[in-house]
Amino acid sequence: LLLLLLAPGPGGASEITFELPDNAKQCFYEDIAQGTKCTLEFQVITGGHYDVDCRLEDPDGKVLYKEMKKQYDSFTFTASKNGTYKFCFSNEFSTFTHKTVYFDFQVGEDPPLFPSENRVSALTQMESACVSIHEALKSVIDYQTHFRLREAQGRSRAEDLNTRVAYWSVGEALILLVVSIGQVFLLKSFFSDKRTTTTRVGS
Amino acid sequence: MAGVRGGWLLGMWRPFLLFLALCAAGARGLYFHIGETEKRCFIEEIPDETMVIGNYRTQMWDKQKEAFLPSTPGLGMHVEVKDPDGKVVLSRQYGSEGRFTFTSHTPGEHQICLHSNSTRMALFAGGKLRVHLDIQVGEHANNYPEIAAKDKLTELQLRARQLLDQVEQIQKEQDYQRYREERFRLTSESTNQRVLWWSIAQTVILILTGIWQMRHLKSFFEAKKLV
Repeated sequence: LLLLLLAPGPGGASEITFELPDNAKQCFYEDIAQGTKCTLEFQVITGGHYDVDCRLEDPDGKVLYKEMKKQYDSFTFTASKNGTYKFCFSNEFSTFTHKTVYFDFQVGEDPPLFPSENRVSALTQMESACVSIHEALKSVIDYQTHFRLREAQGRSRAEDLNTRVAYWSVGEALILLVVSIGQVFLLKSFFSDKRTTTTRVGS
Repeated sequence: MAGVRGGWLLGMWRPFLLFLALCAAGARGLYFHIGETEKRCFIEEIPDETMVIGNYRTQMWDKQKEAFLPSTPGLGMHVEVKDPDGKVVLSRQYGSEGRFTFTSHTPGEHQICLHSNSTRMALFAGGKLRVHLDIQVGEHANNYPEIAAKDKLTELQLRARQLLDQVEQIQKEQDYQRYREERFRLTSESTNQRVLWWSIAQTVILILTGIWQMRHLKSFFEAKKLV
């Protein structure tokens, strides 16, 4: 039982996209065994200046990674002790924009295809070819994900721009009309006053 | 949290190990805390005809023991899934431990929302609930040992099946990418059109109001015998 716990076992990956409201902080926890190689990757998809604060702590509270106002980053570390690792995303510096954050937390290696697989036996050529194709496809899927997120970012900016242009053009047309009509009536009112004063002075 | 663990380690070595082993065995890796009436939403941007499997496990905070109970029957979670058009795809109540599945029929951003429906929490919890969550999308949702057993596949055939599933997922994602790029292009062209019409309209309004102003003032001054 002790060996089971201390040896880094098969891990997995958690890919989550969540919404972080303004002035909020959200934390996620995971129990990790010592010696496991872990990677935390995050990207901000929508909101404001597309930045977020991120902080990763080990079970003793020591800060392993801390970055403020980062748009995208990737951090790899090896767990130095057993326990609960905590990472938090904070949008506390923002007053009204809420952000959408994507993160991918990979712990250890992916579980093997065959749970009872005896790793000692050698793979045939076909099998090792399959394994290398699998790894290559995994990285293709990973690149696709990052591309999708960047495209989502661009698209959200374009849609923002579209709505802003619509509101602004209508608003500005109205302001123009109001101001130009207002100017004329204001000018007229100046001349009307002057006339009464001149007549009073005259008589 | 570290202090509590330390106390347990010193006092009760074995139950702690068992507890950790239990956690590791049934484990959904990642977990987070939510409040009583709090609703947590997660977004999954997926192509169509993609299966999504979510596994969750909840633990309630015990104020007396100052720790999370291993499992609490009677605690329910309400899971709601909305498709990109806002239509509800799945809206169900599950127990304290559950598994929800849905398949997307439209490509886009699906929203998975979880909230606790338990009223017992207010009584002795201190309003904190720990939720272990694991969401698997597309090819990751497949359970290969199960597929091997069901279709009686050899090792090589199973590996080939896994590669086929992966490639299919890549294809679906690329189709979705094409659809998104088209939307992006339409949005950009609409912005372009709007800017063009707006600048023409603005110029026309400016000229017209300028002319109107001059004529109106001229007639005004003539009436006042100033011109």
